[in-house]
Amino acid sequence: MSTTLNAIKALSREQMAARAAADIPEGWFVNLGIGMPTLVADYVTGREVIFHAENGILGVGPKPAAAEVNPWVINAGKQYVSLLPGASIMNSAESFGIIRGGHLDLAVLGGYEVAANGDLANWSTGQNNIAPAVGGAMDLGAGAKQVWVLMDHVTKTGQPRLVERCTYPVTALGTVTRVYTNLAVVEITERGFELVECAPGVSFEDVQARTGAALHRR
Amino acid sequence: MIDKFVPDIASALAGIGDGASIMLGGFGAIGMPTALVDHLAEMGVRNLTIIANNAGAAFGGMTRLLESGCIGKVICSYPRSADSSLFDSLYRDGKIALELTPQGTLAERIRCAAAGIPAFFTPTGAGTLLRADKETREINGRLCVLEHALFADVALLEAWEADRWGNLTYRLAGRNFNPIMAGAAKLTIAQTQHVVELGAMDPDAVMTPGIFVNRVVHVPYGDPTI
Repeated sequence: MSTTLNAIKALSREQMAARAAADIPEGWFVNLGIGMPTLVADYVTGREVIFHAENGILGVGPKPAAAEVNPWVINAGKQYVSLLPGASIMNSAESFGIIRGGHLDLAVLGGYEVAANGDLANWSTGQNNIAPAVGGAMDLGAGAKQVWVLMDHVTKTGQPRLVERCTYPVTALGTVTRVYTNLAVVEITERGFELVECAPGVSFEDVQARTGAALHRR
Repeated sequence: MIDKFVPDIASALAGIGDGASIMLGGFGAIGMPTALVDHLAEMGVRNLTIIANNAGAAFGGMTRLLESGCIGKVICSYPRSADSSLFDSLYRDGKIALELTPQGTLAERIRCAAAGIPAFFTPTGAGTLLRADKETREINGRLCVLEHALFADVALLEAWEADRWGNLTYRLAGRNFNPIMAGAAKLTIAQTQHVVELGAMDPDAVMTPGIFVNRVVHVPYGDPTI
């Protein structure tokens, strides 16, 4: 890495979530993954977007004030949430029927790696010293009409997370359509990674230098 | 007169023996039949197979069940919890076997067992290491894996209301896996927060018809905690 790369000011988690939220149109049904993707809901304002929680809720509302918590209403991250007027409850089979049946417009998920062909790796680092866990990641990856991934552009040690082929075990094949990172918005097309926009002060070359596959201009 | 209510938790769980496969409703601690799970941990049975979305995670009675040494295997999608490494150490020491299943596949395997469908093809997990040992087929241009129905000896549920015929309702996000597990087991046992008279439940509001339920016990414990 060259010294100039350190000068880049990357987006915060909140800014990344806000950037992805800005692209979600009114009327979409959206599932937000655990962790950073959950923040996206805070930045969808002034329009009706219906959030799905795979434990069986359509119409998830914001986190309630402590005095208004209903102990029977949690999201898939096991956090207390509220129900919007118009919300509905379903059992787990129906909830995953919504996912697998292609009824969700969008899933926003976290990621370890995204490949230029749209493969997603986000469920296992391949380490054997802890028990593996998958939850609903493979269902969401395979089932939603679009999958957007929200993740840092590189690992803590500076390795690219946007790669030619995933090195971690894959979650779903050829499924990711967009990646929102702390440096850029990247679309997955038939050509591979296509740069949609850079964060303020970041150039095409900066992004390419931190990407493990060819980056195309639009 | 049909009356599926039993007087106490011990009678509700009577007959569960070594090697039984047991489904537990719940997502996280919400909708978990915690009183039944707590008692199960004290029964001294061995080599149980526990089927639950979060089997392994440390809430809703699972900690005692794991510590009791009565579990030989878990089938689940997410055995982790943020504040406990109990399952990890048991798994690492080879004391518990794990069959990890994507959550939607787990739900559908259970639903199919109740519905008499022995197996199904699904795109979930196709091309992944987790499903590498499954038979695959390309259907409508999409790679799918063959998944089998998941049956159990016993299902333990948490209901919101129950009547003496075993008709059940559930409370909000406490519904989750409960209604699909009813019917996937040979013996279905529900703990319920509320008991209602036969006929008091609106037929339109019944979520699990009593045909799927064998025993009900009244456990009005109040609100769950996460």
